[in-house]
Amino acid sequence: MDLAREVQQLRLEKAKLEAELQSFRESASSATVSESCSLRDPTFCPATWLSGGQHYLDREMINRYSRQLLVPAFGVQGQLNLLKSSILVVGAGGLGSSAALYLAAAGIGCLGIVDHDNVELNNLHRQIIHSESSIGNSKVNSAATACNALFCYRINSMLKVVKHEVQLTANNSVDLINQYDVIVDATDNVPTRYLISDTCVALGKPLVSGAALGMDGQLTVYNFNGGPCYRCLFPVPPPQGACQRCSDSGVLGVVPGIIGAFQALEAIKIASGVGDPLSKRMLILDGFSTSIRVVKLRNRNPDCSVCRDGSQITEREIQELNYESFTGSSLSDKSPKPLSVLPDSQRITAKEYFDYLKEGHPHLLLDVREAHQYAISALPCSLNVPLAKLEDRLPEIKAAAQESQIIVLCRRGNDSQLAVKYLRENGKTEAVDIIGGLESWARDVDPRFPIY
Amino acid sequence: MDAEFSQTEGTCGRVKVLFFARAREIAGVSETSLGIDGAESSKTIKDCIDLLTKQFPGLEEIMSCIVVALNQEYADQSSLVKSGDELALIPPISGG
Repeated sequence: MDLAREVQQLRLEKAKLEAELQSFRESASSATVSESCSLRDPTFCPATWLSGGQHYLDREMINRYSRQLLVPAFGVQGQLNLLKSSILVVGAGGLGSSAALYLAAAGIGCLGIVDHDNVELNNLHRQIIHSESSIGNSKVNSAATACNALFCYRINSMLKVVKHEVQLTANNSVDLINQYDVIVDATDNVPTRYLISDTCVALGKPLVSGAALGMDGQLTVYNFNGGPCYRCLFPVPPPQGACQRCSDSGVLGVVPGIIGAFQALEAIKIASGVGDPLSKRMLILDGFSTSIRVVKLRNRNPDCSVCRDGSQITEREIQELNYESFTGSSLSDKSPKPLSVLPDSQRITAKEYFDYLKEGHPHLLLDVREAHQYAISALPCSLNVPLAKLEDRLPEIKAAAQESQIIVLCRRGNDSQLAVKYLRENGKTEAVDIIGGLESWARDVDPRFPIY
Repeated sequence: MDAEFSQTEGTCGRVKVLFFARAREIAGVSETSLGIDGAESSKTIKDCIDLLTKQFPGLEEIMSCIVVALNQEYADQSSLVKSGDELALIPPISGG
């Protein structure tokens, strides 16, 4: 309660100081060189200094942004344009971390951040805007705190950070995106990419789209200056499984950082009106060999179902679309829905497997994950044969199992079902799998088992 | 590892093929070289893709959503290729 009162008190003081500052500013700008300008006060300077009142960078702004004011192509006008701009970063993950921090630091006027997730430990290797102290808290709050920290000694921050702690959906995308000048797609899934692109077409907003996976990155500016939209390039969504998730395929932390920084660059260029944005081109980063290619893209597809002239998608049509069923995947990069291939009679729980172990039940534990996943953590005495190698190595598996039962295990209990099906079709009719895989084992039997 | 698959020694017309992201994972190599000589004098990107999916059957699953660039420019499947051209297969990636 005391804390609440203190916060209230500080708010009142802040409002008072802001009002004072505003009146100082007003009196300062009305005079050529205001008497009330106190150069002894380091936090305050009159709004107009130079260029016959043409620009409105105060002393601190000039100092803060001096190194980019010195870039001839950018200069004062670029900075002033930027200060007036509002940019929405959708996703406060690996791409959003570096994009949002650079945008906040560069001096945009308003930064919106959309995310509905909480910070997890396995985010921190790439989502550098968050820290250990934010684990379990909302990403939007954590990201906003980091961006505001760049201005923590300012009485009146030059940056307005707007937190949107929601999942972007067909119902809210128009309202959210409409509030901003430039949109940065820093999301991690296919349906949201289509949703953002469609909404940007409907509202005529430039879209800076980035993506990263493994050691690969991609970057394009869509729906800008007659360039294509996402659907012009990818009218057909990738089949399930063809567009992988970071949580399955992994991502080297710095790769989204690089692409996110590129996204900030493109957004800054569009917002400031400086340079040649990456429209009608796609940058492809191959982090493995450190090569960057820029591929010239097609113009807008005259037959595009979304952006073709005269019949662009409408706000109402977006709300009526089901992006998840269109793409066959979920609006978040969470674990895939569990497969249901086997009947219950061909499956056991992690606890039941633990009982087998205690009873000394003879069996072969077959772990069908890829070898690099098996190397992360595995149960003792298991044989690793990746699902894709099952057919080739069947004789080896049969020799190892002899007459005993084969119990199949994987990370989440999906591949293990496919493996059991195959084994049963090929003579090992007793084979069963462990429901929920190693994740269940860690949850229900051995909490010390490292999961990833 | 590229050498196993590439057949760059030939004297006939060849196209260099670059695989990106998932396409590279499926092919198991980052590039290969495709012989384009045959009965017909002209070959299209579609012909090249047919040859590639024969060599790397897994590519089939992503072909519907792939961007193909010919000499670093977006190209339709009906575009003609000639010896010395570079073809890039670019599937979308969506992680972030």
